[in-house]
Amino acid sequence: MFSRLCQRSVSLGRAAILQRYQSTLVVAEHNNEKLSPVTLNTITAASKIGDVTCLVAGSQCSKVAEEVSKVTGVQKVLLADNEAYKGFLAESLTPLVVALQKQLNFEYILASATAVGKNFMPRVAAKLDVSPISDITGVKDKDTFVRTIYAGNAIQTLKSSDPVKVITVRGTAFDAAPTSGGSGSSENAPTVEVQNSQSEFVGQELTKSDRPELTGARVVISGGRGMKNGDNFKLLYELADKMNAAVGASRAAVDAGFVPNDMQIGQTGKIVAPDLYIAVGISGAIQHLAGMKDSKVIVAINKDPEAPIFQVADYGLVQDLFKAVPEITTMVK
Amino acid sequence: MSAGLRILVGCKRVIDYAVKVRVKPDKTGVVTDGVKHSMNPFDEIAVEEAVRMKEKKLAAEIVVASCGPQQCQETLRTALAMGADRAVHVLIDPKDYAVMQPIHVSKILAKLAQDEKVDLMILGKQAIDDDCNQTGQMTAALLDWPQGTFASKVEKTDGDLQVTREIDGGLETIKIKLPAVVTTDLRLNEPRYATLPNIMKAKKKPLVTKKPGDLGIEIKPTQQILSVEDPPVREAGQKVESVDELVEKLKDAGFVKS
Repeated sequence: MFSRLCQRSVSLGRAAILQRYQSTLVVAEHNNEKLSPVTLNTITAASKIGDVTCLVAGSQCSKVAEEVSKVTGVQKVLLADNEAYKGFLAESLTPLVVALQKQLNFEYILASATAVGKNFMPRVAAKLDVSPISDITGVKDKDTFVRTIYAGNAIQTLKSSDPVKVITVRGTAFDAAPTSGGSGSSENAPTVEVQNSQSEFVGQELTKSDRPELTGARVVISGGRGMKNGDNFKLLYELADKMNAAVGASRAAVDAGFVPNDMQIGQTGKIVAPDLYIAVGISGAIQHLAGMKDSKVIVAINKDPEAPIFQVADYGLVQDLFKAVPEITTMVK
Repeated sequence: MSAGLRILVGCKRVIDYAVKVRVKPDKTGVVTDGVKHSMNPFDEIAVEEAVRMKEKKLAAEIVVASCGPQQCQETLRTALAMGADRAVHVLIDPKDYAVMQPIHVSKILAKLAQDEKVDLMILGKQAIDDDCNQTGQMTAALLDWPQGTFASKVEKTDGDLQVTREIDGGLETIKIKLPAVVTTDLRLNEPRYATLPNIMKAKKKPLVTKKPGDLGIEIKPTQQILSVEDPPVREAGQKVESVDELVEKLKDAGFVKS
């Protein structure tokens, strides 16, 4: 045992010795059948701090645990399979995570900054009496983190002195960990009595789409108020299907009822950072830029040459979108 | 609860959403002096929801609370003008306010909720300055109440609230028992404007000032802001003249097959 440990530290060097003392718990996000891709980005962020244990909590989710154990960087998977976790309610997940932290002494608890992570993680933090750190975009060292404030208009570096760091991770700021190559051990999580009489999951209405998932797509095409109505979004869908792109929207388009809310990109919607972002009929308000300005290449199509979106666009086309978009669609193979 | 719910609404004074913030040259924060402030947009939605519940006779009384400097009283007056009944200002020392974190606000709100014997707390889902999205969840945890976050619809049924929540793939519905904490998403409602007569009336509504010490809360920061900097500036792009030129550029960048 001793020699094995020594060997490992020698081969992995000083970083590994440091890392062994940091234990991180990543709460995996999934739908009981498949792991959410954003968890892979969170595992990368966690690996920068220390040894990664993943918690898969849900109902009949052993398949997900198996998937997670193969992810590079995951040392151990804890499976908590219980009907109580149906709907991933904060009132059920929180006591589990808090109990695991107390039993296993994790120094870091991470989850993705998604609707699920944002919902239960601050509750976990309050139960541990520590200050959570939301939506980090960088890890400077073991207690220094980077995040954005004011809709992405300022970058804050903060140092936390809390004994346990409860962190949500902005997926687009970290690469996805490879889904193979790992050989994490899998075991059942220590049993935690979870009784939740406070909340109940009633149902879901998910938007169905064959297009790639918005936050993970390589190309995103978004429409704004300039689309004029919901029917006109089909112009974007046609182009998106040719480019294997996801379709997003500005708040104006969502508020006007053109498309459902879950397509909103911005400070209060989703944050995307695709290789290519095409903004169509979007003026480029601060709140929208917050959700897309880390895209690698930004294209703007807008008939108003003064629209602020042109200040961040790599390629701007001042033209009526109803003429330009169909033309582009015919030119793209 | 036959007499109607007692609702506590938290309001934060923030830099107005339309202001382009400037980072201070010494990198300690953003410039706030002389900059237009207003009520956090999500909190306006929270006040509106509480007032609508009162108009439907579901709520008996609406108390609004804000933690921060003296100027927070303007924010509270706005909430009173929208229809809240009375206000509590928890006056925070400027030096404490500079290091205050959502957890401290949560502790204050949780104590107020107990003191005021409220049945429901409505908060915005996030403040547009620190973008934390934590206070509602933490307050619920401290009180051991259920939470209905990112709400786009709230309906009262007996001792429960049915809350429709905005989640990543669409919407979900949960049922939570009262007392509870609800946080508002943008789609919950369209906040009303305070009319001039209501603004005048709001001046006469009760507003009490408390200090964190009165509530037994100590503001002990556990996070230190090392720096606040400008985000990297994107290099100026170029305007293209035609669709052909745009598609050509996309081909060159490898996004479109040629």
